[in-house]
Amino acid sequence: MFKKDFPYFKNSNIVYLDNGATTQKPQSVIDSQVEYYEKYCANTHRSNFGDANKATTNYEGARKILKEFINASQNEEIVFTKGVSESINFIASSYASKFETVIISSLEHHSNIVPWHMQGRSLGKGLEVVRCDENLSFDFEHFEEILKANANAFVSITHISNAFGKVHNIKEITRLAHEYGAIVLIDGAQSLAHLRVDMQDIDADFFAISAHKTFGPTGVGAIYIKNTHLKDVGAYQTGGATIHEVDFNSSTLLDSPYKFEAGTQNIAGVIGFASALEYLNKVGYENIEAIEKDVYTYLDSELQKIPDIEFYNDISDSVGSRSFNIKGIVHDDIGILVDKMKIALRVGHHCAQPIMKELGIKGTIRVSLAFYNDYNDVDELIKALNRALKMLKD
Amino acid sequence: MSIENRVEEIKEDLDFFEDELQKYEYLIDLGKKLEPLDETYQIPVNLVHGCTSQVWLICENKDGVLHFKGTSDAIIVKGLVYMILQIFSNSSIEELQEVDMDIVHELKLAEVITPNRQSGVIGMIKKIKEYALKA
Repeated sequence: MFKKDFPYFKNSNIVYLDNGATTQKPQSVIDSQVEYYEKYCANTHRSNFGDANKATTNYEGARKILKEFINASQNEEIVFTKGVSESINFIASSYASKFETVIISSLEHHSNIVPWHMQGRSLGKGLEVVRCDENLSFDFEHFEEILKANANAFVSITHISNAFGKVHNIKEITRLAHEYGAIVLIDGAQSLAHLRVDMQDIDADFFAISAHKTFGPTGVGAIYIKNTHLKDVGAYQTGGATIHEVDFNSSTLLDSPYKFEAGTQNIAGVIGFASALEYLNKVGYENIEAIEKDVYTYLDSELQKIPDIEFYNDISDSVGSRSFNIKGIVHDDIGILVDKMKIALRVGHHCAQPIMKELGIKGTIRVSLAFYNDYNDVDELIKALNRALKMLKD
Repeated sequence: MSIENRVEEIKEDLDFFEDELQKYEYLIDLGKKLEPLDETYQIPVNLVHGCTSQVWLICENKDGVLHFKGTSDAIIVKGLVYMILQIFSNSSIEELQEVDMDIVHELKLAEVITPNRQSGVIGMIKKIKEYALKA
């Protein structure tokens, strides 16, 4: 129903089921970037001629659109970045490095593990990992034990597992963490494509956002910084458009968000991201959530019919991604064969090696949906999987 | 038969298939023909770098002629291992030392396998060259 809005589907006969990696872009997102480059290409926040003012106005307009989209309380809380990896690295380096303990979950993407290792932390030495149960559910008791033993920690937890689609109850995680004086960052890389997020409701201190996983351009993301922390977060990089005054002795920086956005930004990308958010507003999360739930449930029921299929979680508290293996078959073989049958999905560890190791597997076959996917996509996938299995087993 | 001639033979076999999936069926069949590699050889030192699946490759030197054995945990990759062994096993050290990495392109494997997998094939050839250079 919504595929008509996305040029990719007009130009490609691929069944696209790799939305956890990146999403397709609606025409309006592409048009808004082309319009910037073709009609008012100029730098922002510097020059004062007409096109420069228009570029600045649209860039700052994007900040306001994102602020309203996630219900932040002020524009200054929104800082544009290259993406979630940069958002986490930024906060890790400019704020969280001073914390004695960082707490993550078992389901984290490497981008929320490696930055902590880079600070010299390892398990039990500045880094704690909350266990999950056999259904990959977050172990709140273990979390509380860790919080009790490590007062005033920094909690950095994913909202939705990119590998398994498992949704963490981030509101409860944040509430509990705050009870023990901890500060909370949520990795929201997978969030906005599937669920409405509300900063006032979740109450997290930081929330990392990806544009390209939210139907927007690549190379753009954002970090929400709760206003009470704005003064405590140091500059990550410095340079053009971050300063108030400079002489050869010293520099004084501007306030947020400008002190955090050094150098010329991805102006077209930010403008395109705003278009993606406006597009999502038109589609509406009621529709997105209803369509996805329907297709996700259908996907699960059809996959369950495949003999010897193994899942690692059920579909309760899960969205978007469904991860599995088939007994006796290496997932790489499936990946190669279904690709040749025009099915785009991902096989491997999905940048989440630690949880794969805990589960005793090298990786999974991951099907990840977006709201434009339909029953027909699922049927094509199942046909391809069955054909691949026949080839491999015969 | 020279390595070049063997490449030519494999190329002819692959060219025979018009349908890409048939090529894969052929690779799967080749994988099934691959002699098993004793598990004692399936150790990190024998692993090939650059493959997304695990590939192990060992070498035996019999009077200056190198013989290779290998396997993988993935069936299609086993087929690729079979193909690579057909080309390179039972060759002289001198011939192997001079192997041109571009040989992969001769096979037009890009049509058959993904870029990742192709780098795996390059990884296998690199490992074979390493064995030859050390022999």
